[in-house]
Amino acid sequence: MAEMDTSGGGHKKGPGVKKGKKLSTRIDLTPMVDLGFLLITFFMYTTTLAKPKTMEINMPYKDPNDKVEPNKIKESVALTVLLSKNHRVYYYEGMASDPTKPPDLKATTFAAKNGIRDEIIAKKKMVDDMKRAGTLTAKDEMTVLIKPDTTSSYGDMVNMLDEMNINDIKVYAIIDITDVDQNFIKETEVANGVK
Amino acid sequence: MTAMCDVAFLLLTFFMLATKFKPPEPVVVSTPKSISDITVPHGDIVLLLTVDAKGRIYVAMDDRPTRQSVIEMVNSDKDLKLTKEEMNTFVADASEGIPFSALKAYLDATPDQQKVDEVNAPGIPADTAVLAPNNELAEWIKAARTTNGKIRICIKADGAASYPSVQKIIKTLEGYKIFKFNLITDLKGIPVGTAAYDDAHKSDAKK
Repeated sequence: MAEMDTSGGGHKKGPGVKKGKKLSTRIDLTPMVDLGFLLITFFMYTTTLAKPKTMEINMPYKDPNDKVEPNKIKESVALTVLLSKNHRVYYYEGMASDPTKPPDLKATTFAAKNGIRDEIIAKKKMVDDMKRAGTLTAKDEMTVLIKPDTTSSYGDMVNMLDEMNINDIKVYAIIDITDVDQNFIKETEVANGVK
Repeated sequence: MTAMCDVAFLLLTFFMLATKFKPPEPVVVSTPKSISDITVPHGDIVLLLTVDAKGRIYVAMDDRPTRQSVIEMVNSDKDLKLTKEEMNTFVADASEGIPFSALKAYLDATPDQQKVDEVNAPGIPADTAVLAPNNELAEWIKAARTTNGKIRICIKADGAASYPSVQKIIKTLEGYKIFKFNLITDLKGIPVGTAAYDDAHKSDAKK
């Protein structure tokens, strides 16, 4: 393909004239093409893989001048999840709004099996059953309250938010952890011998 | 062969022109994974807040006119006494993790020294209260929002960063009544047998 006709038009040379050795002017293009394809592959990969994904998050509207914040969520639809250190997760049913009845705090992990996901699915099913039975109205939605404590990591929070998307939980909120909840964690840690 | 070569080089040219390389990042951040597949808003309207594993906060804006206006605003608000050259250095720079008190010295330094400073930077000081005097992050956000009302805030934090360091940012945003923002995550597959998995495959079946 990249050759030129260098035969010299075909005029005859005299007998004393030395014939110059004809060199081929064909260039081997294979390495260039190889390089070209290598670069194409590189650019194709970088263009598609460099696009990071994002998670949109809506925090509940809060106004410091607005003191009206009634607790509209029913105890029976709520699941409180506490995030603690070393990716540990604690959860209990309800919101622990009744101080005389301390909640039954259980520990779990983010594992795919027997982790927090199974608990969320079970709770969701329970709420659906209660809706069908008529104990809850159709308006009631399962609500997850996420309370990351000060020792938890950002990755845990994102993991938890992701679980909400995975399990199609419509109502959830990230809430500041209370001293009461901190104590629950401490008590459970002591009870389980966790340092 | 010639035709294929032509096509190959055409593609190469296209990809080379279409690629936009990532701006240099001051710190390495490994973002947590999520199943969310929304793409990040267009670069020009993003205020990117990077949080590394140690909880240091960096601010970055892609758009040069925005950076210009932001630094002018911060300069006059905080009385930093920056010169025109120092502000130009800021505009050319990709991201900032230097407190106001050290900003002038940082912008005066040589590019090599700046790289060292950036890595050792303490990060932008932040606080859970917007109006706290040491909440410099609030100042940056205010300047960016005043410049461009449509600016979107993206938080790119390391999965190992402690929650309180991210909480500071969230609280500051809430203080400005910004309740909607983006968290940058890596994509992961949807676990089989969950509500999201069923949902994704239901819409596939419809197609």
